Amino acid sequence: MKELDDQTATIRMYHVNKRYGSKNALFDISIEIFKNELLFISGPSGAGKSTLLKLLYLGEPVSEGQVLIDGMNLSRIPRKRIPFLRRKFGIIFQDYKLIPSKTVFENVSLVLETQGQKKRLIQKKVKSVLRTVGIEERLDSFPPSLSGGEQQRVAVARAIVGNPEIILADEPTGSLDSDSADTIIGLLKGFHQRGATVIIATHDKELIEKTGGRVIYLKQGKLQPPINL
Amino acid sequence: MTFFVKRAIRDIIGNRLLNAITIVIIALSIIIVSAFALVVVNTSDLIISWKKGIRIMAYLRPDVPNENLQSVEQEIKKMHGVQSVLYISKIQAMDLLKKEMKRHDSLLDGLSENPLPDALEIQMIPSSRNREEIEMLATQIESIPLIEEVEYGRRWLGRFANIINLFKLAGYALGGLFFMAAVFIVANTIRLLLYSRQEEIEIMRLVGATDRFIKAPFYIEGLIQGALGGMIGIFSLFLIFIFICSNIEQTSSFGLFHIRFLPFDVIAGIVIGSMFVGWFGCYLSLNQFLKS
Repeated sequence: MKELDDQTATIRMYHVNKRYGSKNALFDISIEIFKNELLFISGPSGAGKSTLLKLLYLGEPVSEGQVLIDGMNLSRIPRKRIPFLRRKFGIIFQDYKLIPSKTVFENVSLVLETQGQKKRLIQKKVKSVLRTVGIEERLDSFPPSLSGGEQQRVAVARAIVGNPEIILADEPTGSLDSDSADTIIGLLKGFHQRGATVIIATHDKELIEKTGGRVIYLKQGKLQPPINL
Repeated sequence: MTFFVKRAIRDIIGNRLLNAITIVIIALSIIIVSAFALVVVNTSDLIISWKKGIRIMAYLRPDVPNENLQSVEQEIKKMHGVQSVLYISKIQAMDLLKKEMKRHDSLLDGLSENPLPDALEIQMIPSSRNREEIEMLATQIESIPLIEEVEYGRRWLGRFANIINLFKLAGYALGGLFFMAAVFIVANTIRLLLYSRQEEIEIMRLVGATDRFIKAPFYIEGLIQGALGGMIGIFSLFLIFIFICSNIEQTSSFGLFHIRFLPFDVIAGIVIGSMFVGWFGCYLSLNQFLKS
């Protein structure tokens, strides 16, 4: 594991509960995630891994407890500021969440457009990031015409193009063959080495062992004792 | 801004059918509202042209001496609302009558004596050409002893003006109703558009798009829809107007009055109003949609 540049926690969760109706999805979660850390959130399906990630980018509000990102309490953040919080993150969704009616280029450039970047700069950055993920030749294709692995690469490109401080990856290799999975993990590791905090939710123990990093383990919404690989 | 305009145009082309429906609905509403505006504009013109013809005729008693005549003229000139007073002697009146009767003037030759009285034609200042002031002035003139009779034609004008005013009011009310209907329809089509792009909007939000970034192209779309709907509506009404005008004679029956199409400022107002309809429809839908 790469030595942490800074031991300051970028993310803090205090006694976080998340309920959907009467069902507890997360129960009394307290964790700290440090700057430039590579962290795996592991556990079986339905353990609450995706829910935990959603709480970080305010995809869902917490039911109880506090989540702090760089000292900012998410339960007190005004609605207008949420987009700016989300720009701290590069998110790779389990179902990719690519816009089917937009080309690969447009899907990736959207992140920079929302930040109001100049057209020329957007062209340059998007092409460069598509080259990095190895999908430059498909930039005019629409997502439905791409394979699962290609769509995942586009999702990774979109997550990293804005140069975010934190990458959240939800089952990034879930539906990929081993070669594609290796490529995606290689990309995420590379990004971590360039200074980003990378949080990967996965149930794939082999992937965790192969990659290395701190692991937190969830089971039925509860945090299990820490594992160090 | 150009970025948002380009995105809006791309979205309109991408959702041709829904946008076309919205534009047609706006155009139809504009045709109806503008048709009312057209009628109101032309009836107002008609009233103005009739009002120009408003005058009071004061008929003098027989054999009024000249010096008294001048004092009567002066007295009337001093009255409120009077623009000019013109003396028409009975000889002049007979000549005018003969001119008006043209080929039938031989009928008048048989008269042994000119039965027409000397008269004063009183023109009023434009702001006083209303029923109340005309009646007041006529009563004042009638009270002058040397005046035998006062006549002010078009007594029905006041009543007619009331009907026109009622018509105007109905026009505004109908305009308002169609405005609301158009806003409601635009809001609903935009809502359909939003639902069809719900996933896209959700993804945009997740990657850090502000509400302003999401809303801007929709507002521009609304403005474009409104402008196109307004222009198509006005153009269609113009074609209908040309068709109707070519089928009626615009001469004798209307006198000096000519039917005209809406003036440029009214057209501009209607197109701006139509753009507002498009924008307001978007505003209602977007606010509701993005809150949910």
